[in-house]
Amino acid sequence: MTVLPYLVAVWVLCWGLYGIVTSRHLFHLVLSLGVAQAATYVLLIGVGYKAGAAAPIYADVPSATPVVDPVVQALALVDVVVEATVAALLLALALQTQKRFGTVDPDELHALKG
Amino acid sequence: MTALQVGALVLVAVGAPVVALTRDPLRQALCFGVFGTALAILFFVFQAPDVALSQIVVSAVGLPVIVILGLVKLREEEGEGEEE
Amino acid sequence: MRRSARLGLFGAGAAALATMLVLAIAGLPGFGRYPGPYGDAIEAVGESKTHATDLVTAVNFDFRAYDTLGEEFILFAAVLGIAIVLRDRRGERKRAPGAPGTERGLARPSAALGMVGLALVGPLVVLGIDIAVHGHLTPGGGFQGGLPLGAAVFLAFLAGEYAAMKKVAPHATVELGEAAGAAGYALIGLGGLLFAGVFFQNFIDRGEPGRLLSAGTIPLSNVAVALEVAGAFLLLWNEFSDQALLVVPEGEQGER
Repeated sequence: MTVLPYLVAVWVLCWGLYGIVTSRHLFHLVLSLGVAQAATYVLLIGVGYKAGAAAPIYADVPSATPVVDPVVQALALVDVVVEATVAALLLALALQTQKRFGTVDPDELHALKG
Repeated sequence: MTALQVGALVLVAVGAPVVALTRDPLRQALCFGVFGTALAILFFVFQAPDVALSQIVVSAVGLPVIVILGLVKLREEEGEGEEE
Repeated sequence: MRRSARLGLFGAGAAALATMLVLAIAGLPGFGRYPGPYGDAIEAVGESKTHATDLVTAVNFDFRAYDTLGEEFILFAAVLGIAIVLRDRRGERKRAPGAPGTERGLARPSAALGMVGLALVGPLVVLGIDIAVHGHLTPGGGFQGGLPLGAAVFLAFLAGEYAAMKKVAPHATVELGEAAGAAGYALIGLGGLLFAGVFFQNFIDRGEPGRLLSAGTIPLSNVAVALEVAGAFLLLWNEFSDQALLVVPEGEQGER
């Protein structure tokens, strides 16, 4: 039980990668990439957790309360917003691909190069 | 580890293959929104409310909206491609 | 490479990756046993040094403010990229007046959507501002609060009021707001350099922890980031929807 969050992170990563590899639509690919990114968030937040500790907000608890690690939370927080924007950029490129090559199927894109 | 945390982890673990295996992009966008909400619950239970807020706001609302708008544009493009 | 061969290769690779990761997990401290020095260090000095009660925001905008600058510029660059990729397509499509897609031809949403949407715009703006400005006290901050702000404006569009939205948030203003947010954050860093000798040093008086005007430059950073995130997502959504804000009336095509 003490390693369950890390195992879940590995599981989610593998499923995200599977989605990317077997994708037939570029939008599906981008969302599977999002799933793989979620694995990193789970790992980060899982590593920073302290048993029995509170959230790192001192607004209503005395300053001496043990809290979980705020550094990994800061990393994950900005990560979430920025990677959604990058996913939006990938979607814009997918739209451009539709216009240039007439298809959004990654398998067919490969064939057009030849 | 509390039962709530285990439950949230199981929810996320079930959600990942659901999103990866849904082929239709429109359905997958909505599944991704639900997966994002499950992740937010997980973060909240792991004592990370800031990250949970961020995750709800972006992954459950922002990204599916972009995907759905992109799909509308894609269908327009495909429609035009067929006319030419 | 054929698809089946590719899948086989992926299966082998994924199995190897998963095995290595699981073996690596065996070396991690168990869940809940946090060993690391950094969290404890921040916990010990976080509140006394910054007078902010939300340690995560303090880490983001004070201890690690330089990294947040980099991340914010990733956001800015990504939106710039989307605008460049999608904008050269806009002028090509010549729409007849009144056709679906031009302002006059857009279908009105249902009455329920219109009413509920418009009713929620005000509360969303207030919620966004509240979350963004109170970031140093309670969970929140610029990143979390900026998106409801942008969403409030977009909600007005979804509820059918494109003319009103265009008047309140014309394209140039949104772009200006986003750029102002990004530049504002960098200027705060420069202010630290000018007034305290260190880039991003918290140079404003820190006040009492728990009050709104405390924690030095952190509330200002929150406002700057909220402005940028709101502008960025609004521009994103508009580029993708390619509608009222950006529908180019007959005479202006080609001027962009």
